[in-house]
Order: sequence, then C-alpha cells, then structure tokens
Amino acid sequence: MSEHIITFDKVNKWYGNSFHVLRDIDLQVKTGERIVVCGPSGSGKSTLIRCINRLEEHQQGHLTVDGVELTDDVKAIDDVRKKVGMVFQQFNLFPHLTVLENLTLSPMWVGKMPKKEAEDRAMAQLERVRIANQAGKYPLQLSGGQQQRVAIARALCLKPKIMLFDEPTSALDPEMIKEVLDVMIEMANQGITMLCVTHEMGFAKAVADRVIFMDQGQIVEQNNPHDFFNNPQSERSRDFLSKILGH
Amino acid sequence: MTATTFQPIAARPAPVKTEGLVAWIKSNLFGNLSTSLGTIAIGLVLLAVLPRFLNWAFVNAVWVKDYDACHAAAGACWGVVAEKYRIIIFGRYPFEEQWRPLVSGIALLGLLVVSCMRAFWKPWLAALWIAVLAFFFTVMYGGALGLSRVETDRWGGLPLTLLLASLSMSMAFPIALVVALGRRSKLPAIRSVCTIYVELIRGVPLISVLFMASFMFPLLMPQGFTIDVLVRVLAGITLFAAAYMAEVIRGGLQAVPKGQIEAAATLGLSYWQTQRKIVLPQALAMVVPGIMNNFISTFKDTSLVTIVSLYELTGAMSLALNSDANWRPFKIEGYLFIALIYFIFCFSMSRYSIWIEKQVNKSKLR
Repeated sequence: MSEHIITFDKVNKWYGNSFHVLRDIDLQVKTGERIVVCGPSGSGKSTLIRCINRLEEHQQGHLTVDGVELTDDVKAIDDVRKKVGMVFQQFNLFPHLTVLENLTLSPMWVGKMPKKEAEDRAMAQLERVRIANQAGKYPLQLSGGQQQRVAIARALCLKPKIMLFDEPTSALDPEMIKEVLDVMIEMANQGITMLCVTHEMGFAKAVADRVIFMDQGQIVEQNNPHDFFNNPQSERSRDFLSKILGH
Repeated sequence: MTATTFQPIAARPAPVKTEGLVAWIKSNLFGNLSTSLGTIAIGLVLLAVLPRFLNWAFVNAVWVKDYDACHAAAGACWGVVAEKYRIIIFGRYPFEEQWRPLVSGIALLGLLVVSCMRAFWKPWLAALWIAVLAFFFTVMYGGALGLSRVETDRWGGLPLTLLLASLSMSMAFPIALVVALGRRSKLPAIRSVCTIYVELIRGVPLISVLFMASFMFPLLMPQGFTIDVLVRVLAGITLFAAAYMAEVIRGGLQAVPKGQIEAAATLGLSYWQTQRKIVLPQALAMVVPGIMNNFISTFKDTSLVTIVSLYELTGAMSLALNSDANWRPFKIEGYLFIALIYFIFCFSMSRYSIWIEKQVNKSKLR
C-alpha cells in the first residue's frame, strides 16, 4: 500500500455546463498529514474536500481514498464514508435528537453496535470535547461553539482515519472560535489525517504540515506554513495574505 | 484613567400582569377606540340574533315525540331526534339487530382513542387494530357465530362513518409517505408515476372518484367478478386522501435543510435510514397541522358516499326524515344534530393535533 491516503489525479469538476469549479487537481495526502486549505470564496476549496467523501462527484480524473477509487459504485462510496468524518460550517446536528442520540445514531444503525456500547463510546468522545455534561440536551439548546464540538465528537464516534473540516469556525461568535480550535488542535496532535478549509491562519501556523492555496479551481501554491506565510511564491497568494492578515 | 469594573445588574422578575375579569375586558375589548366600536357593534348584532335563536332552540322548542305539537309550535322540534335517532345513528341496519353496530362502533371508537395515546404506541397496537377490525366485520356482517348475515349495503350511520374515516386515514398515510418520497426520487420513472397519480386525483372531485369506483370499475371487470361496494368506496376515498396528503408531506420534506441529508450521508446512513431517522421525523413534525387538516376533511368527505347508496351519518339522517312525511319538515333540527356529532369528532381531532405539535416540538424548547 502506498503511503498516500488520498490521491487526486487530474480531477476536474463542473457545476452545470459552464462553471469549471475544479481544474486539473493533483494532490497527494500522506497518512497523518494535516492540511489547511485556504483561498478566496468560490475558489473551489469546499468542493475539493467534499469530493473526498463523495458529497460532490468529480467528472474527470481519478480520486482514491485509502486504496478505494471513488466512482458511481455505491459500495465504494459507503466504504470511504466509513473512514472519513466530516464537520460542517453549519454544524448540521440533528435537531430532533438529543446530543447523545446524535452521537449513537451511526454506530447503532450503520455499525450495528449494541446501545450500551455505542453510548459508552459517545460519552467518551463527548468527554474528549469537554461537553459530556450536555449529553441529554437538544442541539438547539446549546451555544454555537458547543454545537460544533458536539459535531466533532459525532464524527469521531466512527473512528475515522480522515477528518474533513469545512470552515468549522466561520459561523461562530468570536468568543467561541477558540474553544473549537482548541479541540481541533488536540485532535491534530493525535495523528489523524486532517484536511481543513479555514481562514484561521493562527490554526494553520500552529498545526498544519502543509498549506494549500486555491484560486479559480486550481491549486495555486502549496508549502509548509512557515514558508507560505513568510515567503509566498505567487503574486496571487501574496495578495490574498495581505488582505486577510493586513488588519 | 482608571478602569471601571463591570457590574452586572441582578436579574429581576418580569412585571406582574394585572389579573381579573375587569382588567381583561378593559384591555381586550375596550383597548382603544376602534376595538371599542367593534365590541359594541358585535354586541348589538348578538343582542338582535341571540334571543331569537334561544327562543327557537329552547324556549319555544318541543322536546317530545309528538309531531302534532311540533307542527303547532313556533320553536324547534327536538322530538324528531328522539323519534328518529336510531335510524340516524345506525342507518338501514336491521332494526332488531342494531346492538351489533352499537357494539362494533364502540369497539372501533375505543380503538381510535387508544391509538391516540402515547402509552399504547407499542408494536402490539398493530395486532390490536387487526383484532378490532376483525371483530367489527364479524359482528357487522354476521353469517357466523349464529348471527344473521347483513350485507354491507345495509350498513350505515355513525359506525359506517367511523369505519370509512379510520380505515381511509390509516391507509392513506403510508401511501402518502411513499408517494411524497417518490416525487423526490432521483429515478425519473418513479417520479413521473407519483406525479401523474397526484395530478390525476387532484384534478377530479371526490364525487367522481366515488362514482367511478362504484359504477365504472365493475364494467371493466370480467363477468361474474365483483368486489364489495364498501371496499371499492374505501379504496376511492383512500386514494383521494393520499394524493392530497402526499403533497402536504412533500412540503415538509422540502423544508428539511440539505445539510441534514449531507450529515447523514457522511455518517454512512443509507437512503432509507436517512429518510426514516433524519428526514421524516423533522418533515412530519413541520406538517402536523396540514396532515390534521387532511384527516378532518377526510372525516367529513365520507358523507359523500351517499351518492353511491351507502347511508353513513349524513345519508342516514336524510333517509330517516325523507321516509316519513310527518317528520320531514324538521330537517333543520336533524342537520343540527348530526352537525353536533361531526363537530365533536372534528374538534377533538384538532385539539389532539395541538397536543401532538407540543410533543414533536419539545426539542425546540429552550
């Protein structure tokens, strides 16, 4: 088996007939690597990571996740989704289920795990994101930061090899961003493969092995955070960095 | 400059509302000039109409089964209800055997009440439904246990109304679920079949559906092959109600955010698991008032089966009064009587709907 857990090989995707959202993407992600994807809105960064668990399908090229190539094959998609956890900008917790039920749903129904075992695992994950005392509440009774931590715990319940984060702090009040980032940093230190779309450059500097900068559906530049922030190679990334760091 | 320390203000209770009848009247009926004028106007109309109605309905009314007194009196003749109630309630069912629809009707009503209660939402409730329905049909139809046979076209009145309503509602709901999901299917064949079904049914009045079920359907069947009229009419009402309900449910399905389905997908849930555990619970919770609307109108739509000669409550009432020249003039009283029965059922359903809404919205409470 290769050391790359995710491989994009000349991947292309269009929305409708005219919007070419991913253009000739080539990308290899090593097992355990932590990658931050940034870029202006509409640059295709969310689409890129949503292709990895087939929430979006690519039309050309090859995309392989943990040895499984993603095609129309439903079995392959199910396989990949069991290995990939995802955290969304809007949390997407199930509002009609309690926090605990949100976490046990998939282990019980997809993993066929007995209720007791699923609940033990869920409580352990809630403990890990420091929110175990809220297990009996409904998501809408929690603050945004708490909801996002529950969402992270829910994804971790599947023991994924890869975690995808799609702007996890963009919908949060400034005071809550830190509590979510703290949990993510803790995860990063435990060796899980992470791809994170974010504009939190502090987070990128602290944990990323590599920063990928995208614009207009292309990967413009990729480098380690130190070089990316201090010595960006392309005009476009320099311009972008000056805008987001300039105030 | 010295920094000031932040001093939180202690929380205080909300101001107490002034209680009492006078305060309520003052703020709700005479709050401002236009409200006061409205209150006075409505008061005057009530003053003009209400005494006349009360005189008619109670003061000058005749309460005994005496049609001569009724003809002479200026008020309502409630004697007609006392005289004809058995035909109104049980229709053309043989008079001496009417204990049978009474017992079966009570059993069915009990089943409906029990089905509404949370404590009984257990798997064995389905078995109870089958048992009660089997009991209903055995006792009503007879031909066994020493009971004489009574054909379905003799069934009538309130038990028939309850049977038609409860069976068509409970069968229409699952059909509506499937059709609503089908209209959102990715497969064009399934989608078109469901769309055509909904549009065809919605395009015609219930009366014509019943007419076709009752008169056209037998023409299309091979010689000697018959399906009981009651079954055909039930199928007609069910298919009709399901088409409308499917659209109400589809509205709820569309209101569930796409992110919910994506989250379910990333957790590895299959299509059916996603629908069952994530989409439907949220969609149905949103459309409880709409579904209850369908149930209530289905309940009242059963009165249309009269046109194919099944005499449910409304039909039985007309039948009871039309067949007797002495009592025929007192139809208003007859209609008021069955209106009261319909109202009791529909109002109960609407109160029940409010309770259900409270149950399903518990997760939204702070």
